[in-house]
Amino acid sequence: MGAVSARNVAIGFGDVSIIENLSIEIAEGEFIVLLGPSGCGKSTLLNAVAGLIDIQKGQVWIDGKNVTWAEPKDRGIGMVFQSYSLYPRMSVEQNLSFGLRIAGRPKAEIAARVAKASKMLQLDPLLKRKPAELSGGQRQRVAIGRALVRDSDVFLFDEPLSNLDAKLRSELRVEIKKLHQELGNTMIYVTHDQVEALTLADRIAVMKGGVIQQFATPHDIYHRPANLFVAGFIGSPAMNMIDGTLAQRAGKWMFDYAGGAVDMMRYPFVSKPVAGSAILGVRPEHIDVGAALPDRFATKGKVTIVEPMGGETVVWTEFSGKPFTIKVDGDSTVSLGDDIPFNFDVSRASAFDAASGQRL
Amino acid sequence: MSEAAVPQGTRPKTFDVGRLGVYAVLIVASLFFLIPLWVMLMTSFKTMAEIREGQILSWPSAFTAEAWPKAWLSACTGLTCDGVRVGFWNSVSILIPSVIASIALGALTGYAMTFYRVRGANLLFAILLIGAFIPYQVFIYPMVRVFSLIGIYNSLLGIVVVHVIFGLSLMTLLFRNYFSSLPVELFNAARVDGAGFFTILRHVILPMSAPIIIVATILQVTGIWNDFILGLTFAGRDYRPMTVLLNNIVNSTQGEAAYNVDTAATILTALVPLAVYFASGRWFVRGVAAGAVKG
Repeated sequence: MGAVSARNVAIGFGDVSIIENLSIEIAEGEFIVLLGPSGCGKSTLLNAVAGLIDIQKGQVWIDGKNVTWAEPKDRGIGMVFQSYSLYPRMSVEQNLSFGLRIAGRPKAEIAARVAKASKMLQLDPLLKRKPAELSGGQRQRVAIGRALVRDSDVFLFDEPLSNLDAKLRSELRVEIKKLHQELGNTMIYVTHDQVEALTLADRIAVMKGGVIQQFATPHDIYHRPANLFVAGFIGSPAMNMIDGTLAQRAGKWMFDYAGGAVDMMRYPFVSKPVAGSAILGVRPEHIDVGAALPDRFATKGKVTIVEPMGGETVVWTEFSGKPFTIKVDGDSTVSLGDDIPFNFDVSRASAFDAASGQRL
Repeated sequence: MSEAAVPQGTRPKTFDVGRLGVYAVLIVASLFFLIPLWVMLMTSFKTMAEIREGQILSWPSAFTAEAWPKAWLSACTGLTCDGVRVGFWNSVSILIPSVIASIALGALTGYAMTFYRVRGANLLFAILLIGAFIPYQVFIYPMVRVFSLIGIYNSLLGIVVVHVIFGLSLMTLLFRNYFSSLPVELFNAARVDGAGFFTILRHVILPMSAPIIIVATILQVTGIWNDFILGLTFAGRDYRPMTVLLNNIVNSTQGEAAYNVDTAATILTALVPLAVYFASGRWFVRGVAAGAVKG
């Protein structure tokens, strides 16, 4: 119940190809986030799963049935859109029950299902209002309720929180997560916001140019990005990228950069390392300022910019001739012009092949 | 002095020569357009003896309203003398089905073109637009032949069909443009909810379309009411619209032209569009803007 899969799907409009050949298998009850910059094809893929746009090649399966040619209403899905898309001339209650009413369901059943959804999302006081009389957050809750009423196995969310302000966004994010825990449906959620992706997802599919770059748990996406794109896209401030070459010396793999070398002994290579151009990525939050513990790579640099962000402070320095950011505690006393020692653990870093951009 | 010199609070209104010029031009322009109406109104309340004096702008010295019932009830159009009354009811019976049918059809085609990306929708739309720019007169002869062939020439159905066809391009344009401004996600949401082609149009799209339906109604009511040539050609003897009857009254006088009756009849004929203009106010301005491609 509720497994979704897209198999060798191609989507395009006229001559413009958005997705050339994409496959994804989503297990029942999973919360999947499709994450990527605008134009990466994530919404297109979601709409194809919903049946709102036709695919050119491949198949879409939902709940063990081939629904490639099925109408949206016959796919067993509920969908929430970015712009809420509530029917403006109908009250909240009518919005919730519209689908059931046109399907000709008995009145008692409609009332029961609306009441259940309304209770779950605390919409009871709003039932008689028109969408125009609701705030953004309330509107989106009604939109979620409309999908809920359909009692479908699969929920599709198309950037549902993008139109809300930061506070509401984090509130509703929690509500959506709770909803998933209560209902246990399969959920596919499109967003360009990495915080939403990391907090909500069981697995994240990071997309770029119609291709899934990495499909893994939030932990893996963050700590073991599969390629340079994923590494750069996730994390704020972005991962520090150091250009250099990988070479074997005295039986040890070393990463040589302009001005020094990093011992790669502790780095967990994915495959057997090969000498050549490489890029070493280190997250700003994995760097410590101060004296180094053994086994850690240590160096120092001059502070060029200090950006206090409240709970934490981003310190800019230079490494290998390029800007380098370090995240330190908000109470830290680092100030402009200081010469600071800093160090990081190579086992938490990410090394990429410079040519292919793939993780080493 | 000192308190006035400090800029603070609301900026004082200024009235200078430039503004005076603007008002002067506006007043002259409105007089220019109001004078014909004034002349018509005054003439309709005068006796023929007074009209003969030629003072068209003057207030009637012996105010009389007797031209009005005459125009409505007994002015002669050729052989019959029933006034413009018959034409009024003819126009109403042409107007109502024509307006309803042309708006319904325009909404349907505009909706299909906007939300159901029909293959070649843009080409169809371009052809329809070209249709809006071809003068009526070109179509009249072929349409008369076709209509008489299928037996609806000189009938109420015939004239209604003609109005619907000629209104279709403008109505489609109007509705298509309006529907394009509605979020497509709303349409998608309704599809996910299981609504079909007509259900979405009826329950989701049309309830949001009040502004454009009003605009379309204004354009069609005034356009169809003011039509002369189509009514003359297609309506036949039994359904001659008011404009045609008015023309017959004015042009078929025996002896002296009864200017007071003619002007009264003209004002009576113009009353419907005039009422629409006054009642619709801002909607009409929108309609003019929306229909800007076709004056």
